[in-house]
Amino acid sequence: MGTYILKRIMAIIPIFLLATLLTFGMIHLSPVDPAEAYLSAAHIQSTDEILAQKRHEFGLDQPLHVQYVNSIIKICQFDFGISYLSNKPVWEEVTYRMPATIQLALGSIILAILVSVPLGFLAGIKKNSGIDHFSRLLSFFGASIPSFWLGYLLIFFFSVKLDLFPVEGIGTWQHLVLPSVTLALPLIALYTRLLRASVLENLQEPYVLFARTRGIHEKVIMGKHVLRIAISPMITGLGMNLGKLLTGTIIVEAVFSWPGFGRYFIEAIFNRDVPVIQCYVLLAAGLFIFSNLIVDLIQMCIDPRISRKGGQSQ
Amino acid sequence: MITSLRIMMRSQKVIVLCSIILSFLFIITILAPWIAPNDPIAVNLANKLQPSSFEYPLGTDHLGRCTLSRILYGARISLGFATLIFISSLGIGLIVGTIAGYKGGWVDQVLMRLCDGVMAFPNLLLILGLVGILGPGLKQVIIALMLVQWVYYARIFRGMVLSLKEQNYIAAAKISGSSQWKIIKKHIIPNVLPPLAVMGTLEMGWAIMDISAMSFLGLGVQPPTPEWGAMIHEGKSYIRTNPELMLYPGLMIMLVVVTFNLLGEALSERFGVKRR
Repeated sequence: MGTYILKRIMAIIPIFLLATLLTFGMIHLSPVDPAEAYLSAAHIQSTDEILAQKRHEFGLDQPLHVQYVNSIIKICQFDFGISYLSNKPVWEEVTYRMPATIQLALGSIILAILVSVPLGFLAGIKKNSGIDHFSRLLSFFGASIPSFWLGYLLIFFFSVKLDLFPVEGIGTWQHLVLPSVTLALPLIALYTRLLRASVLENLQEPYVLFARTRGIHEKVIMGKHVLRIAISPMITGLGMNLGKLLTGTIIVEAVFSWPGFGRYFIEAIFNRDVPVIQCYVLLAAGLFIFSNLIVDLIQMCIDPRISRKGGQSQ
Repeated sequence: MITSLRIMMRSQKVIVLCSIILSFLFIITILAPWIAPNDPIAVNLANKLQPSSFEYPLGTDHLGRCTLSRILYGARISLGFATLIFISSLGIGLIVGTIAGYKGGWVDQVLMRLCDGVMAFPNLLLILGLVGILGPGLKQVIIALMLVQWVYYARIFRGMVLSLKEQNYIAAAKISGSSQWKIIKKHIIPNVLPPLAVMGTLEMGWAIMDISAMSFLGLGVQPPTPEWGAMIHEGKSYIRTNPELMLYPGLMIMLVVVTFNLLGEALSERFGVKRR
């Protein structure tokens, strides 16, 4: 078990290096010169002398590999440089906007789990019933509706027509409802489909037949055995989709004027604020890698066969 | 056997239906300049926010532009560029996949790890990162989408080349004296086409969704060019008074994406291709 965890953690290192290399290349491929951008944002008249001094300060006059190593050291210290636009440290700006995004993401994950676990499970054990047809319809349309359009449809029906929820902004729990639903629907679609397929597959397994011949109550078989094993692909999906969820928040935040990290990122793209873009991509990649690790460890706890197989988790 | 036959019949029907809808959409796309009732970018403020009439079948937007014409021209962007992305990422995938499969060894390892790396991250994140470097604009979005989507085709083509090299039935065909062309026609293409068709239809749907999402965010198509995602973005300010401005383009996106997804699903059912 210990070696399995160690192996999984070791596997992170190359992915992490790849991500940093990517963002490092981003800064150097970008036509914006950091020193120039910094000076113009600070309204300092850029002369060759000041420019050279700033370039030295930012370490831009050093050879590329030294710059790369320095950038990794800085990243490990959560130093993502200074925003060209606001002249404040990027990390400060990001942590200021993070709670709103986390609130939104958590809201929709919880909603997605609350809906898709019972729905997918019931659809699986009652194949071709009404609830099964409903779940299939939902998972199909949930995957095909563009989320920005869905957001406006919800605003139109629930805010404009029925006046139940506020149109946009952040604050009370009512503000959270429509954005979470918008963000959760594609997830509900995916998880319901995964769980349904997995339940159907597990019902064919010999252990179900064996449990039935032993006379174990159907409810116990389903609840205790089938659900426990069938939920595993869904947990994998949950981890693999945290990154997707983060990109989903970009769109949902734009629709509902949610003052989070995603909107900040889009503004940064418009303003060519490269350190912010770099920070977002790195954090998203980090979150993605980290969530995959957590998911693998959770699965190891649920299904001990994984660590015994020696780390072939998927 | 009977149930599988039923599934086949059912998916056959869906395939036919979806193909009809899509061909219809593609014909409209090509004919847009001739069938659109008005100029899609002609501003006429005296006519703004008109309800549907004989001259403007779906009404006009906040600048007095004909909504129907804008939707028709918008189809050119969505479907046209999705097709372009499909063809070019197919091409890149063909080249990379063939090289990886043919060379093997470390070349294969490096290229496949690169594919893994691209696949590991969510598409939209990579696209946004690339647009972040290249700057906003339709051209940049298209390039970013191509750079992201070729990996799926590369895998399919690599598998094809590997099977050419290693599979027993290919060896058997060679031994029994089949010509190279006959092997490709009889054995390779029938094996490669189904996964390619499934992948292609699903990716068209994703590409259309991504293009419109980027345009919605203001990073893709720039005004006044009509595009469905951008139209939703423009229409959102009039959600209280003229909700149809954002309703119609959204319905179009959904119709196209649903049709591509249905087709992809039916194709994978029909040919027994496992979806990723």
